[in-house]
Amino acid sequence: MTPWAALASPRYLLSPWPWRGYAYLFSSVPVGVLTFAILIVSAALSIVLSPILIGVLLLTSFPLIGVAIGRVERWRAGLVLVDGIKTPHAAMPASLSVREKLKFRRREQASLRSVGYGFVLGVLVWPVSAAVAGLSATVLLITLGAPIIAANEQMGMGPWILDSAREGLIFLVAFGPPFFVVSSYLVGVVAGAEASLAKTMLGPRQDELQRNLAELRRSRLDLVDAFETERVRIERHLHDGVQQRLVGLTMTLGLAELDVPEGEGRRLVVKAHAEAEAALADLREAVRGIHPRVLVDHGLEAAVREVADRSPLPVTVQMALPSRLPSPIEAAAYFVVSEALANVGKHAQATHCEVAGWVDRRQLVITITDDGIGGARAGAGTGLTGLVTRLDALGGTLVIDSPPGGPTRLRMECPCRLGD
Amino acid sequence: MPTRRLSIVLAEDSLLLREGLASILDRAGHEVRDTVGDGDTLLAVVRKDPPDVVITDVRMPPGHSDEGLRAAAAIRAELPSIGILVLSQYVADAYLSSLLETTTGGIGYLLKDRVGHVAEFLESLERVADGGMVVDPEVVRQLLARRRNDGPLSALTPRELEVLALMAEGRVNASIAEQLVVSEAAVRKHVGNIFAKLQLDEGLDRRVSAVLTYLRG
Repeated sequence: MTPWAALASPRYLLSPWPWRGYAYLFSSVPVGVLTFAILIVSAALSIVLSPILIGVLLLTSFPLIGVAIGRVERWRAGLVLVDGIKTPHAAMPASLSVREKLKFRRREQASLRSVGYGFVLGVLVWPVSAAVAGLSATVLLITLGAPIIAANEQMGMGPWILDSAREGLIFLVAFGPPFFVVSSYLVGVVAGAEASLAKTMLGPRQDELQRNLAELRRSRLDLVDAFETERVRIERHLHDGVQQRLVGLTMTLGLAELDVPEGEGRRLVVKAHAEAEAALADLREAVRGIHPRVLVDHGLEAAVREVADRSPLPVTVQMALPSRLPSPIEAAAYFVVSEALANVGKHAQATHCEVAGWVDRRQLVITITDDGIGGARAGAGTGLTGLVTRLDALGGTLVIDSPPGGPTRLRMECPCRLGD
Repeated sequence: MPTRRLSIVLAEDSLLLREGLASILDRAGHEVRDTVGDGDTLLAVVRKDPPDVVITDVRMPPGHSDEGLRAAAAIRAELPSIGILVLSQYVADAYLSSLLETTTGGIGYLLKDRVGHVAEFLESLERVADGGMVVDPEVVRQLLARRRNDGPLSALTPRELEVLALMAEGRVNASIAEQLVVSEAAVRKHVGNIFAKLQLDEGLDRRVSAVLTYLRG
């Protein structure tokens, strides 16, 4: 709820909002005075000390003062803005040193804006707040105290002179409510205006908001990327190391089979050979689940065709992809297809499945359609949940349309370029 | 034991597998004339003194993508009489389609696992040296799963398809007859029908052409 919405509400006068307005206006006085003092003293000091280095340093630290002002003021704005004001500053990588962080903040435009706001606060905002809130509070307090004050001494109120408790009470009853109404709305309007000013100057601009969003995406992307790199490394190790050794082993055993004479020894060698081959097959299956080599070497289409060929039911593949896509995107798409086909094989009771892929307005679109019984849901042990998270980090989506009775249609979309 | 001693150039970047292959070939009485570890050296060695057969890995340095395959294609173009046996660590369409572009001469595509079955491997090698074609059964199985319904193969009966699939694995008529538990004469009849139905080019080895037609689906 914004202060404006609160003002428009019929229950405004009975709500805590007028009092929050008072708190906001009154609290601006000490903060404003202190801000003004700090800014003036810093400015004066840096001018006086400018011939020596420390003065220059002080001058360059002005944006940092702005950062501090912004912090206090955004916190204070919470009194009248329920959502508060979001920080306009960019998130910094944790790896930066303190020195680098300060340098980064100093250069941000938002820091300078906060300094500007500090001056406005110190010169204009707090005197206005003090005048409005002070006057309103004084009038209210005197009106409230009129019966007591008038009982003791004469009280001049405009054209009237009150000189008894009874007259004071009449004044309170007659003028108290209108004074309260007027002052409450006045305080509300001024507090709202000041908070809006603070939000405009201290809040993030549109581009800063977008930048923060982009940064968030970037850091998630880094995570996915690191994950992907690691998988490729593991795959390479298994492929070039373990798998080669196993092939070597089967060769040696194959040779041994020829040399060992018929009998128990021969039987054991043949058995060992079969076991080595089984291990090789298991390893190949495991490697495929980690990061298939054909994907690294030949890209998405070849890898999808390969997984389609291995599927127990007939799969038609129709792909029109330009060339290679960034590897995290290829990997995400591959695993979506692979998982989807596995699910079709397990649950759908389908007779046919179709995988299509194309690029539409810089979006990679992959659809997987089967003619099965439908009723598929993400998260119902389908293994698609993890893939949705992964796609999400790439800015992509996965939609499952699977009415009971079928058909089931999965549609994956993902921007073709990272960071889009 | 081999009917003849083949001179072989071996291209494989993994020392382990190179030694393993060399000892298998050596034991079988073939001459491993050269062993190389990359595509460029392979080409250079073959050009200098052509062997009977080249055995090459698909992936080799420097790029580890399809250097061996590209070297094989170059050899096929320059010296079509050399038999080429390509070893791959996995089945990939992309590899296969570039291999299927070659229409004549001995060619083979085997998974590396197959080498462990020494006797079968040596048989495949000799078939390639004799100008035949050998495709890994696993590859054949995958291609079979995907065959289109409207291709030239739709004219064949299921039995003829079975025979053709076994031909693609590089089997001779006697072996096919044994596998299908029919007489060799029956197999010969099927093979004749296949050639007729596929309207094969007379100029090529019809057995190879039939297999190629089959594999292209």
